[in-house]
Parts: sequence; structure tokens; C-alpha cells
Amino acid sequence: MNVTVSVTTFLAAGIEVIEMVAIVVAVGGTRSWRAALVGAGAGLIVLMVLITALGTALRDVPLQPIRLVVGALLLVFGLQWVRKGVLRIAGQGWAVGQGEEHVDDGDVPPGRFDWTGFVLSFKGVSLEGLEIAVIVVAVGGAAGALGSAVIGAAAAVVVLAAVGAATYRLVARIPRRALQLFVGALLSSFGTFWAGQGVGVSWPGGESALLWLVGLYAAVGVVLLHFVRGWQIPAAPTGTPPMLGEVR
Amino acid sequence: MIVIRWIRAFVGFWIDFVVGDDWTVAATVLVALLATWGLTRAGLPVWWLLPAAATASTAVSLRRATEHARRPTPPP
Repeated sequence: MNVTVSVTTFLAAGIEVIEMVAIVVAVGGTRSWRAALVGAGAGLIVLMVLITALGTALRDVPLQPIRLVVGALLLVFGLQWVRKGVLRIAGQGWAVGQGEEHVDDGDVPPGRFDWTGFVLSFKGVSLEGLEIAVIVVAVGGAAGALGSAVIGAAAAVVVLAAVGAATYRLVARIPRRALQLFVGALLSSFGTFWAGQGVGVSWPGGESALLWLVGLYAAVGVVLLHFVRGWQIPAAPTGTPPMLGEVR
Repeated sequence: MIVIRWIRAFVGFWIDFVVGDDWTVAATVLVALLATWGLTRAGLPVWWLLPAAATASTAVSLRRATEHARRPTPPP
């Protein structure tokens, strides 16, 4: 076994696995754990089929258009959640929703499978998984140690998935509205990053740009919340305006 | 009939997923992506354009939603 190749692949794949686990935990915490886990499982199955079918030809898979499509979809969906989160917190406060089974007002259809959560989780896992597979093939193939690269990547998936599973209770303790706002910021950040890469953007700082994007969107959400609370002062003498949280 | 219903539900799901509550946000993101693509190909460093457009469109959308909520409802 080539230890250098295993460690290199562990670290390189680890970054992608962190992104993958963050999306699954975020979707599970805000929408439905069942949908998030089924989506992740479906993503892994599609990935295994792709790896089996393509093998080392994975190196030639064009990642840019996939990043563009997945990123654009995550971005528009994430922005919707930032918007909804701001409106709901402005109207009903931060703490409401803690421990609720669902977000509210039809976001997650009660008693039905949450396809939105499934799609979000599926896309995150399949895109990140594809990138991990490309890393394995590239590093392992170049060093002539594909087995060592597979072991390194598999170890990254197992270790970081265990860390993600351990955060489940922590995520469940965060009030739903706050979680919705910050998960919206998280999804918007991944979406911006990938869509940007898809149209040829070179992010300053490379992968670390994800960190400042998350900070930017979270800060924008909090600033907008402040403004919306200011705009919310009622000016309606003839009728009661609806709560901001009810706005579509 | 079941197939048509299924197709309608599938299309409705994706429209809701992409457009959501305010179509202008998705449209702004699309325009910003096209602009970023064109300017990047022209050699300009426009990494800031997409996050700027995304945050600006969300702010405008929230402003509009707040105004809508504040609008007085006519008495019955």
C-alpha cells in the first residue's frame, strides 16, 4: 500500500466529503431526515453505477457543466430559503419552531415524501461523489496506486460521515427558522461557488472561498432581517396587515 | 391520464423548485450567470458579480414582499 497516496487522497477527498455531509445534514435538519438520507443513498448508487461503467475514463468526465447546473439550482433554492427565513424570523422571532417536526406552511408536505429534500441531498452527494471519484482516479492513476487512493477516499467518507452523524442532535436543537436562514445561506454559498466554477470563474482562495461565501450570505441574511423588521412597522389604518411570516 | 398527471406534477415540482415565491430572483441569477460567463471569457475577474446579484435580488424581493404585506386590505 502507498501511504502517501492514501493520505493525499484522504485530505483531498476530505474537503469534498465535508461539503457533501454539510448538505445532507443541513437538508435533514431543516426538511426531512428520511428524504435527505434516501437522496444521499440514491446519489451514492448513481455514483457507483457511473464508477463501474466508466472506470478510469472518469478523468474525462466534464465537471464544469455539471457544476453549473447543480450550482445554479442550489443557488436559486438557497436564496428562496434565505428570503423565507428572513421573513419568518422578522414576523415571528428566532426561537419559534424549535423541536418542530417540520418547518411549516407546506414546505415539507406532512405525511408525504419530501422530494425537494431528496433532490437537494441527491445533487449534493452525486456531484461531490463524482469529484471524489475523479480525485481517486487522478491521484491513484498518476501514482500507479489506485487501491491506496480508494482506501484514502473511503476512509475520508467513513470518518467525516461519522462526524456528520454525530452532529445530528446538535442540529436538531437549533430553532427551525434560524436553521432555515443559515441553511439557505449554506446552499446559496455552494450554489454560487459551483455555478461560478461552471461559468469559468476563478474564486480567490480556491476552495476556501466557500468559507467567506457562507459568511457573506449569513451576514447578508442577518442585515436584511434588520431592514425587514424596520420596513415592517405597520402603516395600515384600514385593516390588519398579514404577518410577514405568512408572505409568500 | 396517470402519465399526464405525473408529467404535470414533475414539471410543477421543478418550476416550484427553481422559481419559488419570486421569479425575479431566479431570473436575476440567470442573467448574472450569463454576464459572468461572458465577462470571464473576455478575461475580466468578475467573481464578485454572482454573489452581488444574488444578494441584491434577495434584498429587492424582500422589500417587495414587505410592501405587499403592509398594503392595507380593503374593508369588507
